Amino acid sequence: MLGFKEIKNGLLVSLWFVFLTFPLMVVKVDPVERIVSWRWENSIYVAIGTFVIYCVVKIIMQHRTGNAAVEKEAEQEKESIIHRVLASPKQKYTLIALLLAVAIAFPQFSSSYQTNVMTTALMYVVLGLGLNIVVGMAGLLDLGYVAFYAVGAYTYALLNHHFDLGFWAVLPIGGGMAAIFGILLGFMIVTIFIVNRLQDSRLGRAWIALREDEIACQAMGIDKRRTKLVAFALGAFWAGIIGVVFAAKTTFINPASFTFLESAIILAIVVLGGMGSIVGVILGALILILLPEYLRALSEYRMLAFGAILVAMMVFRPRGLISNIRRTYHSDKKFHPPIQH
Amino acid sequence: MATPILQISGLTMDFGGIRALNRLDLDVHAGEIVALIGPNGAGKTTFFNCLTGIYTPTAGEILLTPPGSARSVSLKGLKPNQVTEKGLARTFQNIRLFSQMTVLENVMIGRHCRTKAFILGAVFRNAATRREEREIVEMSYAILDKVGLAHLANEFARNLPYGAQRRLEIARALATEPFLLLLDEPAAGMNPQETQDLDRLIKEISTDGHSILLIEHDMKLVMSLSDRIFVMDYGKKIAQGKPAEIRSNPAVIKAYLGEDVDA
Repeated sequence: MLGFKEIKNGLLVSLWFVFLTFPLMVVKVDPVERIVSWRWENSIYVAIGTFVIYCVVKIIMQHRTGNAAVEKEAEQEKESIIHRVLASPKQKYTLIALLLAVAIAFPQFSSSYQTNVMTTALMYVVLGLGLNIVVGMAGLLDLGYVAFYAVGAYTYALLNHHFDLGFWAVLPIGGGMAAIFGILLGFMIVTIFIVNRLQDSRLGRAWIALREDEIACQAMGIDKRRTKLVAFALGAFWAGIIGVVFAAKTTFINPASFTFLESAIILAIVVLGGMGSIVGVILGALILILLPEYLRALSEYRMLAFGAILVAMMVFRPRGLISNIRRTYHSDKKFHPPIQH
Repeated sequence: MATPILQISGLTMDFGGIRALNRLDLDVHAGEIVALIGPNGAGKTTFFNCLTGIYTPTAGEILLTPPGSARSVSLKGLKPNQVTEKGLARTFQNIRLFSQMTVLENVMIGRHCRTKAFILGAVFRNAATRREEREIVEMSYAILDKVGLAHLANEFARNLPYGAQRRLEIARALATEPFLLLLDEPAAGMNPQETQDLDRLIKEISTDGHSILLIEHDMKLVMSLSDRIFVMDYGKKIAQGKPAEIRSNPAVIKAYLGEDVDA
């Protein structure tokens, strides 16, 4: 249970929160009537609420450390189920086929709103996977990723506007949402395929080595500048493609669509999902894009809840949802441990 | 006598007003094991960094001549990766492995500069790329076997015991196919058993045809391994010669033990 020290800390934290939320919760200014009302009772609610949450979290944390060994084992078990499924090609392809079937059937059986939401989610999956090359594998912080997305979108929009390049233009009207969804699904699969292959290639290894230790990497004969540039270029490539899809889908773009916040969200997808892990990034994109959408039922509180979930994720799984696994290789020959002299 | 594979003349390195290396001359011949010793702060690691392109020396010349070749190349001003391509590889005093990668992958990184698959090869995995990957894996396994780590190939590098990590650094450097291997304090932090194994490993590598230049503080190891020894102090060369000559050189003893000791 909680000791005196925790309770004291809890009280201090409550006081701090009362202070922080003071302008929001206590002071209420009515600009029309020109009166200020002081709602002191709110500060008491804030204090009690904060204290309760603090205590609950502390008790949960104590419980967790108490069962740390058990938890860890369970976690490993959980991880290994995902990894095991991915490791066995047969199970992996069954899983992929299953997901594919669900995805293809999805637009037929759901409303256009649902399809639209899913389309957005898939766009972010591809964006996340693209940025994963830059941030997750090569370890380069890219806060302006959305610029490449904008380049793609504007390229398409301008070409379409001035030269009337038709095929894509017909899509949003004629083919409808399902068509875009299908195309995106195709893109996503191609992206996953390519990113997966890159990861275990000579180039992918060089990126990861560069992320781990630049000096050692150079000393091993890897051209730092060239390798980094290729990572940036390949990451930007996917953003450009999705930019085109985005412009075609919304049929309207302006600079407000490509703000820093977009870059930050895509970065959050990569970091939350698990840097360098493809499955992690896909999950991260789905969670980060679908969650705010389905939390709409909570109306004003949805962004608050979203923020809370992000914070909780960082506390409980700082390395991302799914940690990256490295490929193992085997030799044709058998090797035994050397005999100790 | 044949041209030395490494010929360094007048190598000088200034950091602001401090002269870390002062007109240093050094040479390594094919098949030799040469040691570079000196008290802490003498400039040994700076010397390695100048050689491998991490620093660009202020003055002097570094010439590399592949064994059996008549053409020398200057290493001065080359980038670290270009130096490695020329056939000179190194290990680090403070271990710098790629800890999130497997042991085998660490060695496979060393093959990077001797292979060439790129984006298209990675995506399409054509026959040439697959063959190249196969060769990388087999060769990396063979090198790991040489240093006695093949059975740990698929462990993460960070999970290896200390001595094994040092041997992995050597394996990684060997994978770049160097004719000259630079070892920066390979025995640092090793226990006597591990040092003994290292002694044997370095001799084996030498027998395989690699020339070796090493920095080391463990005098027993240095005396056992080296054909010739260079001694540095305050950025200058103070002595050079065979192990027996160095052992009784008054200047060396003075540098290590201080002024008042009789030689």
